[in-house]
Amino acid sequence: METFVFFVAAAICLAGALGVVLSKNPVHSALSLVGTLFGVAVLFVAQNANFLAAVQVIIYAGAIVVLFLFVIMLLGVDRAENLSVDPLVGQRAAAIVAGVAIFALPVAALATTGWDATGAIANLGSVSDSAVPDVEGIGRVLFTRYIFALEITSILLAIAVVGAVMLAKKSPKAADMIVDLPARPTSTDADAASADATSEEGTA
Amino acid sequence: MIGAIYALDPLYLDGVGLAEVLITLGKVLVTFLILLLSVLFMVWFERKVIADMQNRVGPNRAGPFGLLQTLADGLKLIVKEDLIPNRSRRFVFALAPFLSVIPAFLVFAVVPLGGTFSEGDPGIVTIAGHETFAQLADPPIGVLWILAVSSIGVYGVMLAGWSSGSKYPLLGSVRATAQMVSYEAAMGLSIATLIMTTGSLSTRTMVSVQAGEGFAGFVPNWNVILTGIVPFAIFFIAALAETNRPPFDLVEAEQELVGGFHTEYSSIRFGMFFVAEFMHPVTMSAVIVTLWFGGPAGPLLPGFLEPVSGVFWLVAKVFVFLYIFVLIRGTLPRFRYDQLMDLGWKVLIPLQLGWLLLLAALNVGRDEGWNYAVVIGIGFFVVGGATFFLLSRASEVSRQRRELGEVDA
Repeated sequence: METFVFFVAAAICLAGALGVVLSKNPVHSALSLVGTLFGVAVLFVAQNANFLAAVQVIIYAGAIVVLFLFVIMLLGVDRAENLSVDPLVGQRAAAIVAGVAIFALPVAALATTGWDATGAIANLGSVSDSAVPDVEGIGRVLFTRYIFALEITSILLAIAVVGAVMLAKKSPKAADMIVDLPARPTSTDADAASADATSEEGTA
Repeated sequence: MIGAIYALDPLYLDGVGLAEVLITLGKVLVTFLILLLSVLFMVWFERKVIADMQNRVGPNRAGPFGLLQTLADGLKLIVKEDLIPNRSRRFVFALAPFLSVIPAFLVFAVVPLGGTFSEGDPGIVTIAGHETFAQLADPPIGVLWILAVSSIGVYGVMLAGWSSGSKYPLLGSVRATAQMVSYEAAMGLSIATLIMTTGSLSTRTMVSVQAGEGFAGFVPNWNVILTGIVPFAIFFIAALAETNRPPFDLVEAEQELVGGFHTEYSSIRFGMFFVAEFMHPVTMSAVIVTLWFGGPAGPLLPGFLEPVSGVFWLVAKVFVFLYIFVLIRGTLPRFRYDQLMDLGWKVLIPLQLGWLLLLAALNVGRDEGWNYAVVIGIGFFVVGGATFFLLSRASEVSRQRRELGEVDA
């Protein structure tokens, strides 16, 4: 039964992962990513890590991919990029080398441990001990053994949030810096859009 | 390890045979049917109550009191022509209604539907000689399941708006996504206070904790009282916003956006959005009742009604909230968009954070044996002062910015 669940979930994960890479449409890529995240959540449940599964869905599927989609939709997905020109010289060759190297790294790591996928089982105590609910186990470990890492991570996230706010914030004098630009002749749609934008700023 | 999943319900303790599978399927079917029927009822109920408020008669043609009106509307929707706009993206366009309606169903899976909880009873019912919980599933992460599933519901709205290939639906879905993601934060925080008070994530445990003897013997031991009403109020407001009900229905503000994200939908695809939209009040009422008002827990009914007392209390409590949902829809005007965001980020979240800290301080104080009054006094002073300062500062800033005209309403 567990093997069956594993193979179904793994198939979903792989199909989603392939979809992320191969879809032409970025929205389809993002949706495939949701599929992968769900597959991983199912694997978590099968390992009795219910909390991780729930958090996986709430945070990754419910918040992060929604943000991805938001950005994709707002930026517009109809623009196709010109694939024949490399923005960086030698970009493709470098990508191939880096890709092969990244693939070789886990293979080499596996080979040195004698193809034993996870290595020796850690003796931190089993999370999937059914006597202790996993939420309680994670909470206990997070707030005792790993409290320093937890606090440091939270400070890091707070810094990131504050940084994002500072970057997005307009200077208090922003209103003074806006000048009324003369309206440009609107020949194309793009011009009209930009003119609209400036006139909006102008009135602001 | 899979075995641990079976242990979640006493039904599966003695291994899984045909009877267990059939009982589980039966529970799935019953839950599904209850929800579908409740949607039929909810649509009728809402139209009738609003008609009463506006001095109209409301639906009165199909069936007694117009009860079958929704059924007739549903049949009409099914046989209507299914239009797919030319500029839509077909696959996503077809997928979106399902992503909207399925999460609405799934939330209901963790709601305890009955069983007796008095005198430490864990809410077990017996079906054909097999003991089981009177709810579809009781995962150890029950409350998080509600959050997770309702966060998936965002996709339906978002993708529907985008894939329609038209600007009003897109605007509606962008509004909806921002709104749902914002209010999810407030909702999650208010659930955090709940988890702290109850000490469990399982919805069934929450109900059985609330079934205990309350203050002075006659006040119910409900979470809404134990956590001091504020988290519940925040949860309720967030639930209204999360389900895009008025006064937070900017998603489909018909004066501005035609029909919002489902403008381009027709026939049964629209029907699915419609079902989801009217299922939300039902599931949300059930969730509110489960989390804050003791769910099916209540005094036993006398005589032969005793076995159904859990169901009775649940239905009675849900009914009250359904009426409140309709009442709010019938009376409150819609929020402006910047007001909506201000309320979510600058009022609800800081207030809820402060309340969470206060409750945590009370908990610590109780464990350490501090003087209760002192903890409450200092807590209110610090938390209240900080919250007031933050709120007044935030609203001051936003007022200034609005006067400068930097905020697009």
